[in-house]
Amino acid sequence: MMFASLLTVITILFFLFRQVPGGPMSAIVSPRMNEAARQAVIEQYGLNEPLWKQYVFYMWNVFHLDFGQSFYYGQSVYSLIADRFLNTMSLMLTALVISYSVGTFLGAQLGWLRGTTKERAGMLVVLLIRSTPVFWTGMIVLYLFAFQLNIFPLGGMRGMQASYTTNAEKFLSVDFLYHLVLPVFTLCTFYTGLPLLLMRNNLLEVLSEDYIKTARAKGLTERRILFRHAARNAILPVVTAFAIAIGFAVGGQVLIEQVYSWPGLGREMVQASLRSDYPLAQGAFMLLSVIVITMNFFADLTYSYLDPRVRLGGN
Amino acid sequence: MSGETTTSVKQRDRETKQGWSRFVQNLKRSAIEQGRIFMRSKMAVAGLLIILFYVVLALISPYIAPYEPYERIYMADGGWAKLQPPSAANPLGTTEAAHDVLSQLLLGSRIAVFVGLLGAFMVAAIGTTLGIVAGYYGGWVDEVVMRVVDILYGLPFIPFVIVLVTVLGASVWNIILGIALLYWLSTARVIRSEVLSLRERPYVEAARAAGASDFRIMGVHILPNVIPLSALYAAIAVGYSIVAQASIAFLGFGDPSIPSWGVMLQRAFVTQAFGVAWWWVIPPGLSITLIVTGAYLVGRGYEEVVNPQLQQKE
Repeated sequence: MMFASLLTVITILFFLFRQVPGGPMSAIVSPRMNEAARQAVIEQYGLNEPLWKQYVFYMWNVFHLDFGQSFYYGQSVYSLIADRFLNTMSLMLTALVISYSVGTFLGAQLGWLRGTTKERAGMLVVLLIRSTPVFWTGMIVLYLFAFQLNIFPLGGMRGMQASYTTNAEKFLSVDFLYHLVLPVFTLCTFYTGLPLLLMRNNLLEVLSEDYIKTARAKGLTERRILFRHAARNAILPVVTAFAIAIGFAVGGQVLIEQVYSWPGLGREMVQASLRSDYPLAQGAFMLLSVIVITMNFFADLTYSYLDPRVRLGGN
Repeated sequence: MSGETTTSVKQRDRETKQGWSRFVQNLKRSAIEQGRIFMRSKMAVAGLLIILFYVVLALISPYIAPYEPYERIYMADGGWAKLQPPSAANPLGTTEAAHDVLSQLLLGSRIAVFVGLLGAFMVAAIGTTLGIVAGYYGGWVDEVVMRVVDILYGLPFIPFVIVLVTVLGASVWNIILGIALLYWLSTARVIRSEVLSLRERPYVEAARAAGASDFRIMGVHILPNVIPLSALYAAIAVGYSIVAQASIAFLGFGDPSIPSWGVMLQRAFVTQAFGVAWWWVIPPGLSITLIVTGAYLVGRGYEEVVNPQLQQKE
């Protein structure tokens, strides 16, 4: 399934990018190339061959991780996006882990408080935050903390004097974490809503089950009932929803990378598209889809691990 | 022989006509009923009022906007009135290019309302149709539709629209195309599972025994029962579509000649003026938040009424 999705996405891209202004040729051949280089590229991609052969060439190249040369950087797309990939993942995973922990916890609390004014107020706040466009939140956060209070950097991933030898050193340095704070905070406001709302709704459903009554009858403390009995069962659908959420999460990621000048895949894709650097835009999009599809796949795996009924094929 | 055929054709015509009039009646009855349920939810009514406010604003904005959206404002000394804070002449101040923020804000509501309503309609229409077809026929039809849904879930929305806009050109229509292509997925899934249970109901069986065609059963007997659900998803899609359009415009893929909230925020961002000119940044963002909240409120309020389970627990 995962493979089929990937294949379809790559095929869609093949046909879409043939429609670029200037025809299929300009999707691969840089306008700045000289005649000899042009001929070499046309030869390599089989641009003078029939459509099906071009498709085969294209697939062959993609599976050998050859996405062509970036028009703008003049480097291979593969090396460019491999580098951006780590930057994107470091930001996205941090934000997702925090949001899902905070979201499920707060959602359980809200579900527990059902019917009270506190809960209604809480829900309204959640609804408002969910409706806020994430890039605007980013701008407001920057306005407050970078422009007015001047306590956090305006964007980017490293300070002027920072230099590292290894990736591990880079991602664990204080300077990096300092740059990470605002983008992660902004992304969290965007990601937290979904797990929170789902957790609350599921908890409401679980709380009417018989085993909750049993737990009450046993005289267990309220907190114990909530976290040991109710929340554990309510968390399952949150995991399934993660699979769907990830497609949206990537969208938020692209916007936030743009607002905070974070040198990730999303920003690279936006820049490449604006510069008509088609090979790079295509490569970045492909890798973003790979992230979504892979995460979907892991969400499915986790789900079948958490809920034995799925694994054992029962209904 | 030929006389007999004409009467049976006539009769069939009359029956079809009756069927459609009954269908319209059913639809009207369920619409009135849903409307009454809807008015019971304070949340939903509040949301609806917000949306109506912006719809009205969109309609009258060309008449009430004090300036043209891209009209240059001059100072008394003849210089450009750049980045002026709010004043009597410009209640929401001016932009970097000396344009009036209020006028752009008012006119920007047109695009937001247009994209929101059209996007929601597309999502509901496509999702409902495919959901009903997949759920009703089952078998390989269902299999194909659901596999397509699974595969499309692998396409991240914003990046996909960027590709569409890059390849096909920056226009609102291409953004709506993206919404139509990718946002129907959840709607189709939910409608399908609802139809799976609806098609086993006795009245569907009775209709089939009476010789009703598949098309008729889907249109007359199943569709009215799933319309509340599609309305719910359409309400949520209003919000998604507006945010999607604003986001794409913010990234620089909007049509800059048409004033929109996304384009306003993009200009404020790329000129870096948003660090000073709060009057330029707050109004469009707040408007998006409000109208999207309105859509959510309609959806949630309605959901609580439609789904009695949620009600009991409140």
